[in-house]
This record gives sequence, structure tokens and C-alpha cells, in this order.
Amino acid sequence: MSAPGAPAGSGPVTQPRLGALGTARFVWRQLTSMRTALLLLLLLAVGAVPGSVVPQQDVDPAAVATFREEHPALAPWLERLGFFDVYASPWFSAVYLLLFVSLVGCVLPRSRQQWTAWRARPPRTPSRLERLPEHRVVTAPAGGDPLGSAAAALRRRRYRVEVRPDGPDGAGGSAGTGSVAAERGHLRETGNLVFHLSLVGLLLALAASSLLSYRGQVVVPVGQGFSNTVARYDTFEPGAWVSPDDLAPFAVGLDGLDVAFEEAVGGQLGQPRDFEAQVEVVEPGQEEREDVIRVNEPLRAGGAEVYLAGNGYAPVITVTDAQGRVVYSEATPFLAQDAAYTSTGVVKVLGAQPDQLGFTGAFLPTAVVDERGPRSVFPDARDPLLLLTGYRGDLGDVNDGLPVNVYELDTRSMEQLTTDDGAPWSVALRPGDAVDLPGGLGSLRFGYPPASEGAGAAPDAAGALAADAEALPRFAGLTVRHDPGRLPALAFSVLAMLGLVASLFTPRRRVFVRVLPGQGGGARVEVAGLARGEDAGLAAEVDALARTLGSSAEPASPPPAGGEHRSDGSVPAQEATGAGHDGARAERPPSPTATGTSTTSTSTTTRTRS
Amino acid sequence: MGESLAATSNLLVYSAMTAYAVALVAFALDLSGRGRTLVAPAPGQGALVGVGAGAGAGGAAGAAPARDDDETGVRRRAAAVGVSTTWLALLLHTAAVVTRGVSAGRAPWGNMYEFTLTGAAVVTAVYCAVLVRRDLRYLGVFVVGPVLLSLGIALSVLYTESAQLVPALQSYWLVIHVSVATVSSALFVIAFSANVLQLVQDRRERLAAAGRPPQRGRFMERLPGSVELERTAYRLIAVSFPLWSFTLVAGAIWAERAWGRYWGWDPKEVWTFVIWVVYAAYLHARATRGWDGRRSAYLALAGFACILVNWGVVNVFFPGNHSYAGIG
Repeated sequence: MSAPGAPAGSGPVTQPRLGALGTARFVWRQLTSMRTALLLLLLLAVGAVPGSVVPQQDVDPAAVATFREEHPALAPWLERLGFFDVYASPWFSAVYLLLFVSLVGCVLPRSRQQWTAWRARPPRTPSRLERLPEHRVVTAPAGGDPLGSAAAALRRRRYRVEVRPDGPDGAGGSAGTGSVAAERGHLRETGNLVFHLSLVGLLLALAASSLLSYRGQVVVPVGQGFSNTVARYDTFEPGAWVSPDDLAPFAVGLDGLDVAFEEAVGGQLGQPRDFEAQVEVVEPGQEEREDVIRVNEPLRAGGAEVYLAGNGYAPVITVTDAQGRVVYSEATPFLAQDAAYTSTGVVKVLGAQPDQLGFTGAFLPTAVVDERGPRSVFPDARDPLLLLTGYRGDLGDVNDGLPVNVYELDTRSMEQLTTDDGAPWSVALRPGDAVDLPGGLGSLRFGYPPASEGAGAAPDAAGALAADAEALPRFAGLTVRHDPGRLPALAFSVLAMLGLVASLFTPRRRVFVRVLPGQGGGARVEVAGLARGEDAGLAAEVDALARTLGSSAEPASPPPAGGEHRSDGSVPAQEATGAGHDGARAERPPSPTATGTSTTSTSTTTRTRS
Repeated sequence: MGESLAATSNLLVYSAMTAYAVALVAFALDLSGRGRTLVAPAPGQGALVGVGAGAGAGGAAGAAPARDDDETGVRRRAAAVGVSTTWLALLLHTAAVVTRGVSAGRAPWGNMYEFTLTGAAVVTAVYCAVLVRRDLRYLGVFVVGPVLLSLGIALSVLYTESAQLVPALQSYWLVIHVSVATVSSALFVIAFSANVLQLVQDRRERLAAAGRPPQRGRFMERLPGSVELERTAYRLIAVSFPLWSFTLVAGAIWAERAWGRYWGWDPKEVWTFVIWVVYAAYLHARATRGWDGRRSAYLALAGFACILVNWGVVNVFFPGNHSYAGIG
């Protein structure tokens, strides 16, 4: 900008300094130009791609951790560039914010123009209608009112119409002559503006969602429940403006969970088919109600939605310590790791004496143990097996009341339980099995403690089955989300789509009718049409109008030239618009036909190669 | 019953592919100039005169009754054969889609095989529907070819047994979201063919203007000029773009119900968004001086490349919530 141009043959020319204001104006003009908008759109598309290739912290933190381990050299660089959180990274934000600034800077002035255009009268009737792309001449019968019927017909077709009779103070024409100027298609630009402004609204709604929403996840075994409080959630992700007090008070109890898997042998064996959770909902001031949650049917409670996000098994584990006290007896969720529900979990026995105890292991609903290791082959509990190893010592942070992951065991100050010969202690239990812990530490049982010794001396088969089911409740993984931004987001999306359709499919047309005295008492009626932008239906419209106004049409334009494919519409529209027919508005550039946001755009039918 | 219906569906797919192959050959013959005869301008006589270059016009067609195909008096028997076999193929193909859906008792787009099968049928249906109103027979090869190709891929790579759906897909939004996505993709496919032809034609026209008329690819002379092709592509994309927007919004509504958030940057969401942005850029470019014509066509091609990635790469290689491909 500062380098002065030196045209040959003239003395050195110094460009005027732009100054601060001028520079600002220059930058603003560049930013709001269509070219910049185009560039930013392409940058946005390119910038969004890495987020689908590299795992994202927001979407799948575990995948990010795995990725870091697998690519130790690459990961720090990706981290620095924000590739693990692309959609919140500074560069991605910069692109879309600049795009929206550009959009606003372009749309606002155009909105003002459109406001004026709405109230403007249809343009002056061109003096030579035959120069317009579509032109017909018909003869109207004597005694009619061609001007009036032309105006009426155009109004019926939703044109804005102005009738200009050659009045008494005009050039002395006989009664009934004059012209009609009509225009339609303002909806196109209006739709375009609505579309772009709705996108701004959508962005604001997304921002509201991000700031005001919260999402909590909780694992609930059948027979238990949860209340909507931060403390109860396993993970809780609040928006920046959400405080724990904002959570609507309600409680949900899980009465039952039905699951179904594909039983037919084949490629789909074990695929999930149906999940349904039966729940009881308690909201303040309301009667307790029963409801169900299914995968596509969330529960609505307290202004939030509760989704059934996952499920699995929570085997009941009972631990008795060295003194014979039952120190742990709970349904313990084991989280599924694969489609056949090979699950892992952790037991933390805080109250055991003399040392705290911890167990980690796997639960296999339909267990197979072979040379490839223990695993589950079907997600339903056909042959359940619980595999555990144990630790003794200090469970760590959980003792100090610090928040810790329930599904991880901190073994830093614990030692692994071993058998007498020094090998790590491990057990495989079926429901109802019990084992003694090594070193006289107590015992562990897969199931609740036996109700009373001696009572069930000879358990029958049905009783054993019921005990199994009792020892192996399922759990539901529930997600609670409250998002005040979603309805505005939907509303703006719908509005944007309506605007888009209007801007793409509303034809912009001008139609002129001139009535001149004809031979034999009739009137010579000229009908002409001009499309502004893409318009396949203009010729038909002008034809139809000409037919209604008069008979014996003599085509003014020559019949289409031979050739297998006629390149229709090859008459440059801009030539027609710009050549002085359009005097009242010649200084205003024609608007784009597509969803343009530009101030530098031009009509798109102007270029023909031949 | 379900299994035998699924087998019937497969048989119908093979039959449809045979019909498509015939249509493809017929359309190619038409483009090559064979199978076209010039009807003598004298009306009512029906005398046939061979076209200069493609003299042996007889070729495949028998003595079909004379009918003026277009105002220029060129009769295109091969193209007529192509159109009628395409309609036949559409019939068989639709029957294949319907039997597949009935065999599973649901909308036939629950996995990638079914999506491809149905999507290809919609491409043909859209093409046939456009044919009723406009003469796009010159596009025949470039529509039937990709359809045949994708059916081949569907059967050989993507094939999945007919079965029930996973719970996440059991929603009426499956019908709304995926059907609109299919129609929109079909329009993008046809627009893509028109864009490619436009670029080829554009290059030929520029060579001719430079005084070096291209020697190869004489068949392109029977196609419309690049401006007409560009306009055809634009009209198809202009219809498709709002449908794609709807797909995006409907997907967000469904995601809100199924996964508890309406937008989560799942890979499929990302690519659907990328496609939307690229085609939005195309529409903007078309209205920008210096970016119209050839350059905006390149953007449309980029958009279509993204559609291919979204269909062929994202489902299979990027783990995400949309991993319903069903191929192991």
C-alpha cells in the first residue's frame, strides 16, 4: 500500500497516505469483500478436517491418550497447534469469527439497501422494449382496457405494479394507451439476508449452548437411583456460566433395565437390538411418576433430558475382613470395553481392617478362557465369570475426600496380594462363589452375603438362578443434559433454511407492457420481460401474459437458431440492465443470483463463451 | 421369509445391473455418433439419411418407426434404447430396494450396503425425473456409469446380511434424515458429472479458440457447450444444497434425541459440515467476478470429493458415532 506506483512517462506519483481511518476503511472493505468471504469459507472447510482425523479431547479423551502414547514424537506438536481440540483452537475460532464479521459487514449495508428497494417504485418503462431479452407483440381487441387488464394480470402474479397512462398532460395519446411497469423477486434478496442473519443467530445460540448447558454422566445399577446434583455424577461438564446451584432438583430411580441382542448366528450376532430402562421420577411439587427411557426417547425432567447412553453389568461383590465383618457388599459397575461386554472394574474397600483392600479385574458375561486369554463372546450373561486380583495398603486420595476416578485403583501405596508361593493372587468366580483372601485377610464372595446359614441347606435350581440374577444386576449409564440454547438453535436453523430456499428459487423479473394505438380500433400491445439472474421461466411468463392480453401474436424475436442444443438465455442480462433502460438505478450494481454476501458481486448470466 | 426376500433382492440387483450395463453401452453408442440418424427435413416422408461421420448408422437399432427426436431432425435410436433400459433398470433396482426393506421390516438404509443400494436407485430416479422435463440424455453415460460402479462396490465390498437395527438407529429420524441425504447426494452425483463435462468442454473450447481444435474426444462435440453444462450443474446443486442443509439440521435434531447433544463434532458431522461449507463456497464463487465458470466448477468437484470421503472413508476408517457401516 505504501509503495508508490510510478507509471511510465509521468513524473513520480505519490499515492496519498491512507491514514489510520483510511487504513481501517481499506481493511474493512477487504474483509467484507466476497473474495475474502470465499477464502474464509474454504479455510473453514479445510480447518474442520483435522478434527475428524486426529482424536478430539472433547469427543473421546481416551482416544487422545492412546494417540499420545502411539505417537510420542508427533503428539507434542499437534498439542501446540491445538489439533486435539480443533474446534476450540484459536486459529479455528479466528477463521469463523472473521467469517462472521465479514458476513455482518456485508449483510448489514445490504439490508439497508433492501429496505429502500422494498419501498421503491418499479423502474421507468424502457423506451425500446424490443431490446429486452423477451419481447412479444399482440393485438388487443377494440373496446378493451389493455392497460387495466395487464396491471390486474401482473398483480395476480404477485408483481409490484405501476400503471403509467399517457395522461391528458402527456404527449397527447388517445385514451387507453400508456405503459405498465412491474417488478417481482424482492423475496430473493430478502431470503438471502434472512439466511445470513439467521446464521449469526445460530452462532449466538451455539455460544449460549456452550455457556449455559451442563452435562452429567452417572452409572446407576438396577434398584438404585440418583439425584441431579454435581456430587452424584461420575463426570460433570458445566458450561462457563453454570453454577452447581443451577441444577434443577429431581431424582430418578432405576426399577429395571431390559436389553436384547441379536441371537441369530451370523455377522450381526451379539449386536444390540433394544435397550429400555424403567424409571421412577421424583420432581419437587409433583407426584412420583413412572416412565421409560430408550435410546431415541430421552426422559424429560426438571428442564433437563435424561438419556440412556450405555449399560452393562454391576456384579454384587461382598468382602468380609479379617475380623469377619462385612465391610463391602455392593453392586459394582464394570464398564464394557467391547461389543461382547468384556468389562473392567474396580472394588475399593475403605473400611477393611487391618489394611484397606482394593481389587481390579474383568467381568465376562459369556466367558471363554483359552490360549487367546479370557474374554467374552456374547453380551448377554450366558456364562458369567468374574476375574479379580487384589491389593492391600492405602487407597490414597479417596481417604482425604478428594475427587477420584471410581474406575481406577491408585496402587502407589498398595502391595499386590500374593499366594503362599509368592505368585500374584487371582481368582475366577461364578455367581454365588466365595473365596478366602490370602494371608487371613478375610473372604470375598460374588453375590450378597448368604441370608442365614443353614436355612438354604439344599438350594433348588430355581433358587440358584434367582440368586444368580440377584448377584448380577445390570446398570444403566445415564447422561443428563440441560441445554437452553438448543431451541433457539433450531429456530434459527429453520429460518436459515427458509431464507435459503427463497434466495435460491425466487426469480427476479421485470415485466413491461406498452399499449399503443393499433390499426382498426384495436390496440398494439407490447409485452417484454427482463430476468435479473438465473431465470428459466421468464419466456413462459411473458408468453402467458401476452396470450391473456391479446390475440394473433406475432413473435418479435426470431425463432431459435438451429443446433442440437440451444444455449438459451444467451442474451446478456447485464447488457439489458446496464444499457440505460434502467436509468433510475443504473448506479446500483446488480445483485448476485446465488446466496452471495458480497458487495463486489455481479450478475451471473453475463458471461457467454461462443 | 425375510431371508428368501433378501435373496430375491440380491437377484433383482443383478438384473438391474444387467439393464444398467445395456443402458451404458447404448448411451456410449449415442455419444460416439453411431445410432444417430439425420431425418430428412422433408416432413412426412421419413427418409433416413446417414450422418456424415458415423456413416454406418444402422448398428444396433432395427427399423424403428420414425420419430422426430428433437427440433434438429436428428434421430437418436441408441439414446432412446438407453433411456428405456434405464427406466427398466430403475424398476428392477427399486424392486430390489423395496424387497430388501421388507425383508428387514424397516427403511432400507440401515448399513452401508443398503445406503449405497438405495442411494444409487435415487440417482437413477432423479435422472429419470429430470429426463422427463429436460433433454439430459447426453449425461446418460456419466450417470449410469457411476450407478453401475457403486452397485458393484456395494455387492462386492459392502455387502451385509439383512438384519434388524441397533437401538440408536431405531427412530423415525432414520427415514427423514437419511432419505433426504440420499436425494441430495444423488443430485450432487449428477451435478458432478455435468461439472466434469463442463471442464472438458471448456478446455476444448479454449483450444479451439486458440486455433488448435482438439483432435481427440470428438464425441464431446455432440454435447452442449460449457456454459450450458455449467448452468445444468448449477441448477442441480441449487436444488441439492437446501436439501443438504436439511440433512444437516435433521441430523442435529436426531443427534439431540439419540446422543443428548445436537452437535458434537463427530467425524460424520464434521464432513457433512465440510461438504456444506464447500458447496456454500461454490455458490458464493459463482457470484464472484473472476471465480465463476471454471474456478467455481473446481470447487464443486472438491465438494463432491468430500462427499466421496464422507461415504467411503469416514464410515469405515474414522471411529465415531456414525460407525454403522456393518462391514467387518
